[in-house]
Amino acid sequence: MTLFIEQCLNGVQFGLLLFLLAAGLTLVFGIMDLVNLAHGSLYMIGAYFAATFVAWTGSFVLGTALAVIATLLVGMVVEVIVMRRLYGRDHLDHVLATFGLILFFDEFVRLIWGPDGLSMPLPSWLLTSVTILPGISYSAYRLSMIAVTLGVAAFLYVLVMRTRVGMLIRAGASNREMVGALGVNIKLLFTLVFGLGSALAGLAGLMQAPILTVQIGMGENIIILAFVITVIGGIGSVRGAFVAAILVGFVDTLGRSYLPDMLRMVLSTDAAATAAPALSSMLIYLLMAVVLIVKPEGLFSAGGK
Amino acid sequence: MKGRPIVRDIVAAALLVALILLPVYADLAGDQFTLTLFTRIVVLAMAAVSLNLILGYGGMMSFGHAAYLGIGGYAVGILAFEGVVSGFAQWPVALAASALFALVIGALSLRTRGVYFIMITLAFAQMAYYVIAGLARYGGDDGLTIQTRSRFFAPLNLGNRVQFYYLCLALLLAAMVLVWRLINSRFGLVIQGTRSNDTRMRALGFPTYRYKLVCFVIAGTLCGLAGALLANQADFVSPAMMYWTRSGDLIIMVVLGGMGSVFGPLFGAVALLALEETLSGITEYWQIILGPLLLLVVLFARGGIDGLLRQIGPWRKRQEFTKVGA
Repeated sequence: MTLFIEQCLNGVQFGLLLFLLAAGLTLVFGIMDLVNLAHGSLYMIGAYFAATFVAWTGSFVLGTALAVIATLLVGMVVEVIVMRRLYGRDHLDHVLATFGLILFFDEFVRLIWGPDGLSMPLPSWLLTSVTILPGISYSAYRLSMIAVTLGVAAFLYVLVMRTRVGMLIRAGASNREMVGALGVNIKLLFTLVFGLGSALAGLAGLMQAPILTVQIGMGENIIILAFVITVIGGIGSVRGAFVAAILVGFVDTLGRSYLPDMLRMVLSTDAAATAAPALSSMLIYLLMAVVLIVKPEGLFSAGGK
Repeated sequence: MKGRPIVRDIVAAALLVALILLPVYADLAGDQFTLTLFTRIVVLAMAAVSLNLILGYGGMMSFGHAAYLGIGGYAVGILAFEGVVSGFAQWPVALAASALFALVIGALSLRTRGVYFIMITLAFAQMAYYVIAGLARYGGDDGLTIQTRSRFFAPLNLGNRVQFYYLCLALLLAAMVLVWRLINSRFGLVIQGTRSNDTRMRALGFPTYRYKLVCFVIAGTLCGLAGALLANQADFVSPAMMYWTRSGDLIIMVVLGGMGSVFGPLFGAVALLALEETLSGITEYWQIILGPLLLLVVLFARGGIDGLLRQIGPWRKRQEFTKVGA
């Protein structure tokens, strides 16, 4: 039971982390109609920045804050130099151009930080574990990750639904030309949205940094999960991304921890040991296939932003 | 193209002659490296040709095409590991497995369009990647070494570099002829029609979903064959050959060479792999050049190499039919 609760929390935490990535992707797609494969590169850059800045400043909070700001700036620069030229183009162009960006960023990071991974130590106050229920304790760091991501989700909701900028973002998503014609600086708005998406990806990256190694190509695996989430949730829908992210986080985490046991009940031990890893990594894709059979446009297709 | 000589046709012919004569050069110069490199180029060109069928002609932006390379390759690798070395058993299995995967993935993915299609094909290919990386018996992440290449009847010996090269080249040319015949058939015209306007084709009474699915399966099967060749070429298969960035490489080949042109993928494969060889000779960090180069191609040279070559030469009068032409 204790383990089950812990795994559920892990699932929520992983799901929320994926939400940060998927939210940026889905915002950029919903508003600029841009497919950004290089989103994973910004995740990686965020982690590298954090590892560097934390080491420089000696402060975890200051270092990570600087890293988020730096990733935001990198995102805005990328938007101005490259992405801006891709709006209104074919999706295939987006795919190719951002694939080129991935190659560039991977090599750039190798050039600056070298081919070996970095590690980012946690400060002592985050290394403890907290008793959340009698008899159940949970890592303080993972708990704080849940808190931060929930805070960001709430911030996004308020930003998009309750502020003037959010209103413009929503208006830009439904009719770009009209918003521009009404005198809104749509270019600046797009740059800001792209920067915001990048900062979210960077935040996700730096939060994973202490758990995993900071290494080249770290964004390339997780970005596929973010794609799956945007597809399940409905491309362009932040709410859909949230629901789908939690769903995927749960299915992936619980599948990995309980599927081997469940298979052992049906199959022989040997067969279960062979099938379990393959099957548990298939689970989320099967989930996606099921969602697509029922709703080809995703759970919350366009409109519900 | 109505017998009008254009620069592109001359370049294509020259390239074909060069490819056919390559083993002669390799033998005279004692340059085995070039022969191995070009065997690889020819095999990957075949994969690009198959992708071009759905991407260039059908407008289906599949981002999971490398999955078939892996499936075809692993069909050969696993059978060889289990002691079945006959190519007559290995290759049909490779083709059938790829076709089956394409059928299932296509049936699901083609229900969607646009970005959904890109991401779904990408996700399913990653699923296949993880499944194969999870096969501990067959090496898992580390891959599987193939001890014996596929065996066929007596004179044909895949272990012989020159014979193997010519086999790959012959299959590539056969694939190109197949694609050319296909796109100029009624079936191909329907497929190209769906690329321009799917709704209109349906209004005309064509069950476009079925047409596209058949096209998708043909492309997947063809790429599975390329996978079987690639496994034989490298004497090794690993999940890395079906990682999603490999699918990206295949798309680059098609777009760099020129989409919707029979020779485009061949141009693209030769150009990309030759570029990789050259750049990696110049600097260790060659991808820092390749990435922005790709950006420039996307931004300024949409038609790829094929498109550029078509623009050269005084013989070209109007742009008509260039999109449909071979």
